[in-house]
Amino acid sequence: MTRIITRLSRTRRIASTLLSVWYAYMLEYRAEIFLWAMVGLLPLILMGLWMQAAASGATAFSPGDFARYFFAVFLARQFTAVWVIYDFEYDVVDGRLSPYLLQPIDPVWRYMAGHAAERLTRLPLLVGFSLAFFWLFPEARWLPAVGDVLLCALALALAFLLRFAIQYSVAMLAFWIERVSEIEKFWFLLFFFFSGTIAPLDLYPPAVRDAAMYTPFPYFAYFPAQLLTGRPAPIALGFVVMLGWLAFFFVVNRVLWRRGLKQHSGMGA
Amino acid sequence: MQAILRHLRLVRLFWSTSLAAEMEYRLNFVVASINSVGTLAGGIFGLFLFYRTGYRPGGWRWEEALVVMGLFTLLEGFTRTLLTPNLGRIVAHVQTGTLDFVLLKPISSQFWLSMRNFSPWGLPDVALGLGVIAYSAWRLGVAPAAIAAGLVPVALSVVTLYSLWFILGTTTIWFVKTYNVTEVLRGLLEAGMYPLAAYPAGYRIFFTFVVPVAFLTTVPAEIVLGREGQSMLFVAAAVAMGLLAFSIAFWRFALRYYTSASS
Repeated sequence: MTRIITRLSRTRRIASTLLSVWYAYMLEYRAEIFLWAMVGLLPLILMGLWMQAAASGATAFSPGDFARYFFAVFLARQFTAVWVIYDFEYDVVDGRLSPYLLQPIDPVWRYMAGHAAERLTRLPLLVGFSLAFFWLFPEARWLPAVGDVLLCALALALAFLLRFAIQYSVAMLAFWIERVSEIEKFWFLLFFFFSGTIAPLDLYPPAVRDAAMYTPFPYFAYFPAQLLTGRPAPIALGFVVMLGWLAFFFVVNRVLWRRGLKQHSGMGA
Repeated sequence: MQAILRHLRLVRLFWSTSLAAEMEYRLNFVVASINSVGTLAGGIFGLFLFYRTGYRPGGWRWEEALVVMGLFTLLEGFTRTLLTPNLGRIVAHVQTGTLDFVLLKPISSQFWLSMRNFSPWGLPDVALGLGVIAYSAWRLGVAPAAIAAGLVPVALSVVTLYSLWFILGTTTIWFVKTYNVTEVLRGLLEAGMYPLAAYPAGYRIFFTFVVPVAFLTTVPAEIVLGREGQSMLFVAAAVAMGLLAFSIAFWRFALRYYTSASS
């Protein structure tokens, strides 16, 4: 029993140390984080196009529907942004991974804490952004139901873990090839097709939309946006698909990690 | 004349050395090509989503909107071949102080910073963009002479794009870490994938007067397609030349504030 308690308190101490260190680090770069948040402007550009289309009565959506949808997509992207592949690639190629391996903690927690802390620094930015958005687009103003917000938060938390698991699995290839971040680009090709960033999947040909729901992509944009705006979404299917992919990539990741470490030569160390 | 020849010779030297360096990563070409095809397919699919219900964004026909998409892809290729490999590095030069060495060279520092590197990985985009433009122009029955005349507005939009990048790159002198600013600019420029008329009024004002995306893709397309008269060409030329002149003046002004990082 005491063993378990000491372990728990140790975990808590490590987690709070890592988080506070990373939070301080990220605060130092808050201007950059603001700019990175602005990089994800594409949903807002497409929002303009679709609002204009809705104004001419070309779709079943109203301009307000589109504004809400793309606002939710923008938010979802802020919470699911992951860059561990760049950090990991750099650490492997530069030899910085070796000292981390000597520490009695899996390096993944270090990356995870960095991402979590960065989410926190983004929060005040997002509040400011939301206020500006609803001031600029009064037709988008709405109050989401508490249940919808909670469901969306749960979906986003899972989506973040899934995104992290996928990217960290691809990052493992850095043990074998040098420029893994190039592979990351392929992700974005499919992402733009199937995630619902360029348009709500409801506007896709139905067969494409139904097939997309079995891929991981809609869970980073379309699915959370539907939940937040209270529009119909296959909720049970969505969570099952997400958990399935998460389990799959968790296994892939651990296998690649073990194999990769065996072959790691600790370059530059 | 002598000066032009000298600069041309230098460009040949610059590019052949950076080409040789890039050839280390030949496999990148496959990656870049797949990427370009995928990105373009995604863009066209996005456009198709608007047209599939019979809606015509801004009153543009499908093929006309494709010309805009083609121009966007062409400019994206130009960005990857020359802008990112050169202007993307100004930040590093300022941060590490190697800008000192550039300034010491007996040649215009703006020229060196803008032309030193050449990355062939944007060429698939250039080819694809030209292909899309040619296809849609053929479908629309645009006369070959009109297409040839279109080279002028396209060249102007290249100058405009370059100037915007360089002006932003110049701000590095004061803010040091502006790498992300160019990323934000790239994000905004994505609006150029679609004809400006497809946007709401507020967007149109923003993308004409604040960030002149309109002059990058929509205006050249309008001139080539005969949607706009030749007078628009003069406006585009004024914008391009104005921005270029400003970028040169702004760079000289900024250098007065350069204090070097190393010493």
